[in-house]
Amino acid sequence: MSDVVKGIKVPVRLAYTAIAGRDMTRFYQAIREGKLLGRRCPSCRKVYVPPRGPCPTCGVATVDEVAVRDTGTVTTFCIVNVPYEGQTMKLPYVYAMVLLDGADLPLPHLVQGLEADQVRMGLRVRASWAPEAERPASMEAIRWFEPSGEPDASYDSYREHL
Amino acid sequence: MFYFSPMSPDSVLSAPYVLEYTYRRSVGPVLGRFLAGLRDGRILGVATRAGRVLVPPQEYDPETGEAVGEMVEVSTRGEVASWAWMSEPRPGQPLERPFAWALVKLDGADTALLHVVDAGSPARMRTGMRVAARFRDERKGTIQDLVCFEPVAEGA
Repeated sequence: MSDVVKGIKVPVRLAYTAIAGRDMTRFYQAIREGKLLGRRCPSCRKVYVPPRGPCPTCGVATVDEVAVRDTGTVTTFCIVNVPYEGQTMKLPYVYAMVLLDGADLPLPHLVQGLEADQVRMGLRVRASWAPEAERPASMEAIRWFEPSGEPDASYDSYREHL
Repeated sequence: MFYFSPMSPDSVLSAPYVLEYTYRRSVGPVLGRFLAGLRDGRILGVATRAGRVLVPPQEYDPETGEAVGEMVEVSTRGEVASWAWMSEPRPGQPLERPFAWALVKLDGADTALLHVVDAGSPARMRTGMRVAARFRDERKGTIQDLVCFEPVAEGA
């Protein structure tokens, strides 16, 4: 008899079709044109970018479409030091919550353009857009955020948006 | 992150989205011998202290919880203990054409193995029918080394 088998491959594969929905379709169409669209809750007036359909706090549909700027403030961040399969960034790199100017909730994205240990809360950043011809209808239309050169934002300016 | 492509200018965007986990698992000494047997084109069971032969083998006697004994080779032929027809096979299933899921009790075994029978039509399926294993030419030590079972003549 040949050698005992020690292990087997048992991959799990779940093949879905993801549907973006009406608001996210608008968001993805706009991001290809270099624009960032959110929606405002009619009740609490918060602007969500990307739009979520309903306001998760008030439970009502977000109606008004709002364009926000591609500059913002790092609220919180993490430094990724752990390699994993399929990783495209060189370690260590920073994944941060970026509060866009005009938005009320931060969105997660990469921060590049400075050493990982230089990233800080309040850092002012600007979107680095992928070249227009290569811009996908996804958050990867923005390659990452990088320092804008402005002075750091004060904690009070984003403390209500953490 | 994934890429969306429009179905039409006014419609919502959609995209394929695949979640895949590339697991490997260790199989332990008993199933490890069973799988090595399949790679050799043989089907192995395991004998309990009471003398029953379990196919596929288990590490403990499911009735008493006692450790099992020696591996025992059984026949590659046997009979269908029960079955269910799969008229529209799904991706990743053992055969791409309609087939029967079946519990096959091999000659020399006291328990049944879950596998498939390539019968072509449910009209050819019958509880108690005789079947024979068809092995893959290139075998790797997985249950897929056993392509399927095929109907054979009564008494064969």
